[in-house]
Amino acid sequence: MSNSPVTHTDHTAAPHSLESLVSDWSTDQEVFKKVQWGKAMMWIFLLSDTFIFSCFLTAYMTVRASTVVAWPNPSEVFALTLFGESIPLILIAIMTFVLISSSGTMAMAVNFAYRRNRKATGLLMLATAALGAMFVGMQAFEWTKLIQEGVRPWGNPWGAPQFGASFFMITGFHGFHVTCGVIYLTTIAIRVLNGVYERNGKYEVVEIAGLYWHFVDLVWVFIFAFFYLW
Amino acid sequence: MTTYTTIAEDTRPLHHPKTWVGKYVWSQDHKVIAIQYSLTAVGVGLVALVLSGLMRLQLAFPGAIPFITPEAYYQFVTMHGMIMVIYLLTALLLGGFGNYMIPLMIGARDMVFPFVNMLSYWVYLLSVIVLLASFFVPGGPTGAGWTLYPPQAITDGTPGAGWGIITMLASLAIFIVAFTMGGLNYATTVLQARTKGMTLMRMPCTVWGIFVATILGLLAFPALFVAAIMMMLDNTIGTSFFMPSIISMGEPLSHSGGSPILFQHLFWFFGHPEVYIVALPAFGIVSDIISTHSRKNIFGYRMMVWAIIIIGVLSFIVWAHHMYVSGMNPYFGYFFATSTLIIAVPTAIKVYNWVLTLWQGDIHLRVPLLFAIGFIFTFIHGGLTGLFLGNVSVDVPLSDTYFVVGHFHMVMGVSPILVIFGAIYHWYPKITGRMWNNVLGQLHFWITFIGVYIIYLPMHYLGLLGVPRRYYEMGETDFVPASVQWANEIITIAALTVGAAQIIFFYNLISSYFRGEKADPNPWGATSLEWQTPDTPPTHGNWGPTLPTVHRWAYDYSVPGAAQDFIPQNVPQGEPGADGDKM
Ligand code: HEM
Ligand SMILES: [Cu+2]
Repeated sequence: MSNSPVTHTDHTAAPHSLESLVSDWSTDQEVFKKVQWGKAMMWIFLLSDTFIFSCFLTAYMTVRASTVVAWPNPSEVFALTLFGESIPLILIAIMTFVLISSSGTMAMAVNFAYRRNRKATGLLMLATAALGAMFVGMQAFEWTKLIQEGVRPWGNPWGAPQFGASFFMITGFHGFHVTCGVIYLTTIAIRVLNGVYERNGKYEVVEIAGLYWHFVDLVWVFIFAFFYLW
Repeated sequence: MTTYTTIAEDTRPLHHPKTWVGKYVWSQDHKVIAIQYSLTAVGVGLVALVLSGLMRLQLAFPGAIPFITPEAYYQFVTMHGMIMVIYLLTALLLGGFGNYMIPLMIGARDMVFPFVNMLSYWVYLLSVIVLLASFFVPGGPTGAGWTLYPPQAITDGTPGAGWGIITMLASLAIFIVAFTMGGLNYATTVLQARTKGMTLMRMPCTVWGIFVATILGLLAFPALFVAAIMMMLDNTIGTSFFMPSIISMGEPLSHSGGSPILFQHLFWFFGHPEVYIVALPAFGIVSDIISTHSRKNIFGYRMMVWAIIIIGVLSFIVWAHHMYVSGMNPYFGYFFATSTLIIAVPTAIKVYNWVLTLWQGDIHLRVPLLFAIGFIFTFIHGGLTGLFLGNVSVDVPLSDTYFVVGHFHMVMGVSPILVIFGAIYHWYPKITGRMWNNVLGQLHFWITFIGVYIIYLPMHYLGLLGVPRRYYEMGETDFVPASVQWANEIITIAALTVGAAQIIFFYNLISSYFRGEKADPNPWGATSLEWQTPDTPPTHGNWGPTLPTVHRWAYDYSVPGAAQDFIPQNVPQGEPGADGDKM
């Protein structure tokens, strides 16, 4: 019969061409083999969220490039005076460090989840959430400091008003993601500790939460690079 | 490690709600959610239809209706456009048809995450309520045009510049959240929950169209979301993302340094894919209707699928063809005109394939097929004028004239609507278990089809004369001949007739639901899975104890040597009565 598309279950040759990529993808039942649907769904969500953050960052870059007023110098704006010395970007460096570390603890939690180590998984997730909360706390501190110095979404003492606008909008949106993540991780951690996933066999939930968390970290790296280092 | 079961092999019993509220209100069944989505979308769509009638009355009989002031006209234009595009078409095609058809057509019991699917509907309903609330806020709804361009969208003097635009932006943001929750379900369900044997390349075109449209939505709505948030900030707390230094009503505003063009880029990065978000599901559905009712396999199935995918990809790099007159760098025009014309190639392939499917088919000219053929006409028509507008030098003089209004109504207004009508007639027997009245259906088709031509064809001519769009009235203008008024009257009479003719449609649906003849489970002799359910209408869980197994593609019509002129997808190859296929 020529009018039924060929199925590819009887492939003998090793897959090597674009065509076999296509046929792999279009085979039976599931595109992502042995991937629980929740994980696939999280990946798709993150892809969509990537577009949101990309739009925010592109918009920020556009206004920064097109404004005719000077842009405030980030190394000065984001400096902290510690022990009588002004250190550029020190708070952000610490915040970044904390957030990246939290990715480390999350990765360990996922590893323990694979081994069905309930306690270690739960505690490491709680540690991750705690680091996340710390990050949000430091961000609140940074916002407070800038607001005291006169930075507002509609203006600031040093230059283009878009500085404060983009700063509060983008870090705020990211901070919102971190906050949601903290709540999300804490919920899952408690459920892990209570043995919920032992009973229903859905341990991959930990990994799915991990995906979200790593994503939020990764986004931060971009915000850090584009906002603070540019 | 636990063993891994695919969704399709999961045999655990479903949780069946017992109460009426659990079954029909807080329902997690994709079919109930689909109906909820559809009814809400149609309800709000009727508001948009009434608004278009009011606009037409004003255009034909300027000043005859006292409450249609220039401000009100702008508000009607805006709300009409936004409701039609987003709250009616997007919600109906994806939330309605997507929800109903995906699980049934791929042989799943439900969406993968029914709870979130249910939330999607309720959040959508909230967005509709917020949108409709804007009719009652101080200053009324926004009159910025459905494109909501700043600065005028938020400066005083534009109707609804205060609360109107705020509710609009809030409603859009809420809608996007709702769409995302639904869209994640549609995409993941297609990818991960197909029944055994249902490879991607055996899915009906309907599922392909909805699937790719969903992906487009998930990637395009973010731009609108971001734009909505930024404009909201500009409007409420005085940031200047989109607002340049500007003098409004003699007063300099406090904004400075923002970029209005940035908004246009964000808007159209969403806006163009949005055209395909409503077009691709329609493409898919129309392919299945044509194939079923002309008893032939869809011509070039693989080509059809790839064309959908390629159109989807290309739709992300053509957005600035809406901005030729915006003042963006003129060199961009080369790129965007080229990409726009390239997208015409896969689109044309689809049109040829629809026609070739009909060619020498065993055509049963039933109402669904009538609408599908009507779609081919209006779509070719709108597509051709699109080629005009895609070219910079042709677009510049035509921009913001009635030519554009004629074009986009043909291509993304009328065409998807005709498919939606066809689809409703096509699937109504499955969804309700009853048959509609044929005479009323035919009448509905002919009035609608001829009517839309009387409405939109003259608009192209008005556009060539230079009649601008979004004008409350033409007044005395030298380049506009008196005959324009005459054309406007004809258009309005046709528009009101077509609008009123929809009563036939609704009467047909409602009365058939109660008094229609009992429908056969598979009245058209269709092959795809949704027609093979054990119950009609399908019950919760769709398939009874075991899921169907798929053995063939969805287009085995008129197979030589087969006992019937169709072989359902779940009939094994080589079965007696089947085609002796040796694959
Ligand atoms: C009987 C059906 C319809 C009639 C009579 C109608 C009529 C109109 C009229 C009179 C305008 C305003 C033109 C102007 O003053 O510039 C308009 C604008 C518009 N319509 Fe429709 N329309 C119909 C259906 C639809 C549908 C199904 C869609 C879905 C895509 C749609 C989308 C739009 C859009 C996007 C605008 C532009 C709004 C703007 O300029 O901001 N219309 N329509
Ligand atoms: Cu476009």
